[in-house]
Amino acid sequence: MTELLFRFLIGGMAVSFFSALGDVLKPKSFAGLFGAAPSVGLATLALTASSDGRTYASMEARSMVAGAGAFLLYACLSSRLMMQFEWSAAKAGITALIVWFAISLSLWLALLR
Amino acid sequence: MRVSLNLSALRKTKWYEYVVRFIFGGTITVLAGVIAKQYGPTLGGLFLAFPAIFPAGATLVEKHERERKRKAGIRQTKRGRQAAALDAYGAALGAAGLLCFGLVVWQLMPAHNLVLVLATGTTAWTIVSILLWRVRKSPWWF
Repeated sequence: MTELLFRFLIGGMAVSFFSALGDVLKPKSFAGLFGAAPSVGLATLALTASSDGRTYASMEARSMVAGAGAFLLYACLSSRLMMQFEWSAAKAGITALIVWFAISLSLWLALLR
Repeated sequence: MRVSLNLSALRKTKWYEYVVRFIFGGTITVLAGVIAKQYGPTLGGLFLAFPAIFPAGATLVEKHERERKRKAGIRQTKRGRQAAALDAYGAALGAAGLLCFGLVVWQLMPAHNLVLVLATGTTAWTIVSILLWRVRKSPWWF
């Protein structure tokens, strides 16, 4: 339980830090870079490497590559849904999550499992 | 286009918006750990690149831009949605950087110092993301 709480705090702080950086930077396309900052990755990999070893953390990082590829396509799709189909940010961002799950799980089944 | 810093933008974000981000970030970090413990690190690792905070962040960008225009007397505007779409476009470039972060950490982690590996990965993310953003903004890009 203590470990989970610790993970929650570290993850929350890392994400808040990168989000705040995105808030203060202009233009918007540059600030957007921080929407895909390695905040959760940094927090998780540091904690995992300390508790379960570096080989275990390395395997997580390998899967993260697949997740990041899915994120790239997810963000492109979200942007297109907002610009061309005039969807709101919430509707586009949440609906496109289906694409993230589909791509990342397909890559996991095909290459990583 | 020049990159600039506007610290007063921090005051536009309401306290509960900071709380939401903190909770989203904390929850996905816990979830990634729990999934890795339950189903193994290869499945758990996917969630290190889960766009957990993105929908909330893009919604805030849209809302803040719409409020800014409303204060300027413009009621009907597409500007909020366009700003959120630009934010998403930036996130796509950041995701390419995130992919490089994962590659660097995957390759270096087993044999090198943890802090050094994470610092190198973060540097790779920064360089790749900014470089892609610069290339896309250059007048030579078709």
